[in-house]
Amino acid sequence: MAIQTLTRDIFDVKDLNLWYGDHHALKDIHFPIQKKEVTAMIGPSGCGKSTFLKTLNLMNKMIPNVKITGEVNFDGQNILNPKTDLVELRKHVGMVFQKGNPFPQSIYDNVAYGPRIHGIKKKKHLDEIVTKSLMDVALWDEVKDRLNAPALGLSGGQQQRLCIARALATKPDVLLMDEPTSALDPISTLKIEELIFELKEKYTIVIVTHNMQQAARVSDKTAFFLMGEMIEFDETTKIFSMPKDSRTEDYITGRFG
Amino acid sequence: MEKILPAKDRLLKSKTSRLDGESRGKLIVILCAVIMISATIAITIFLGTKGLQSFTKNGVSILEFLTSTKWNPTDKANPGYGVLPFIFGSFAVTFLSALVAAPLGIGGAIFMTEIAPSWGRKVLQPVVELLVGIPSVVYGFIGLSVLVPFIRENVGGLGFSLLTGTIVLAIMILPTITTIATDAISSLPSHLREGSYALGATRWQTIRKVLIPAAMPSLLTAIILGMARAFGEALAVQMVIGNVRNLPTSILDASATLTTIITLNMGHTTYGSVENNTLWSMGLILLIMSFAFILLIRYLSSRRKLR
Repeated sequence: MAIQTLTRDIFDVKDLNLWYGDHHALKDIHFPIQKKEVTAMIGPSGCGKSTFLKTLNLMNKMIPNVKITGEVNFDGQNILNPKTDLVELRKHVGMVFQKGNPFPQSIYDNVAYGPRIHGIKKKKHLDEIVTKSLMDVALWDEVKDRLNAPALGLSGGQQQRLCIARALATKPDVLLMDEPTSALDPISTLKIEELIFELKEKYTIVIVTHNMQQAARVSDKTAFFLMGEMIEFDETTKIFSMPKDSRTEDYITGRFG
Repeated sequence: MEKILPAKDRLLKSKTSRLDGESRGKLIVILCAVIMISATIAITIFLGTKGLQSFTKNGVSILEFLTSTKWNPTDKANPGYGVLPFIFGSFAVTFLSALVAAPLGIGGAIFMTEIAPSWGRKVLQPVVELLVGIPSVVYGFIGLSVLVPFIRENVGGLGFSLLTGTIVLAIMILPTITTIATDAISSLPSHLREGSYALGATRWQTIRKVLIPAAMPSLLTAIILGMARAFGEALAVQMVIGNVRNLPTSILDASATLTTIITLNMGHTTYGSVENNTLWSMGLILLIMSFAFILLIRYLSSRRKLR
């Protein structure tokens, strides 16, 4: 707790470099992420923003031939330390993927999956967590009568909200979202964006998006990535009204990308 | 300037030569399909009529055929046409060998896809393919010369037994189960793995709680296909099972299956005799069983689509 009160940055990334084989995918990234803020990452495809996101919960450690150097401090602890307990890290840093990826199980079992693997067995306790997580994503009213129905029977937007609920069920501090609305229709997208607004009261959110209006709508801070470099990072209002770098301006005004 | 034909002449189909190749290709593939379908239907009809003759023409009671344990078709005075011991033997070796081969095959599949996808696959894949390529007579021969004496000396009994048949069959159906299980697990979308890992699951938790349940209908299909193969295998089993007419009382007892009785007796019975006709009836049972296996697989794959 001492560390948490000393620094408001939940993530502090320093000199981060990442290679996929010979491909230098992230170059000297410095990036502080503050608690209970929404940080958006924008940039053209292949600019490294998703790679960066997946470094925050070390999901890209699973890819062969990946090499990461530098520091990624989470709560003051460098998670690039090989001794890092991935189970514990991912319990605190949840992730939502581009496309809703519920397991082919019931709605209830999907949400209870995280708590169960982290050792919660009591039915009553699990019920509470499932109910609360589904309420947090505003899905409870839609599914409360069919918790045992297969999750794959839900609509795309519902599936994505279920996946957010599933991530929330492990009580994370940070929620990483990798283009969470890119596969959804406008109405489902709006629901997820409203949800992000509510979730930021309790969680730190890092979101990758292709949609610049979305970044402008939901985020407090925005980072612009280009070719593996972080070009600019500032308050979202500043990035979109008076970017310092001409490349940022070119991108947000739609001159490339 | 080039003259442009009116749309009517360009767009409406005329019976030109361009379409001839089209219909010729269609004819060829339709012919292939017709040949396959008629072969299957012909075999079914033939086996159906032939297999029922022992009941319709020779007056063997179906009930006796299916439930009696007395098999003595050559005794003129008091013939017995009960094939229950062979039906039992067929089911016993099938289920027992599946019981042995299913965990091994699925375990191997998990090893190849999840634990060591690079070198595990390089080593195990050729091994499995080699197992498929060995002819069943060789399996039987090895069983007969190695396994039978080994079981006689170390486990007990004659060596010719249900157990020996089970072991030989288990090895024979292992590649079927392993191959299909490997395909089933590796074709699971990677977002399932990612979703599980991102929630902090370990590899084993991911395998046990997400991947195996998600692949379950395909894994069951793999096991059933293995069982179908075990049920129909004749030669290798015949060489090691002992081929006696009695209902076995332990897995060390010699036994017989429907297939082994057919292969043993088809050579020395005359076409049209009662004994020969009862062999056809056993063949009909095998056919019905293989239909049952197919129906089961169909049912499982329709369930897989629902999920």
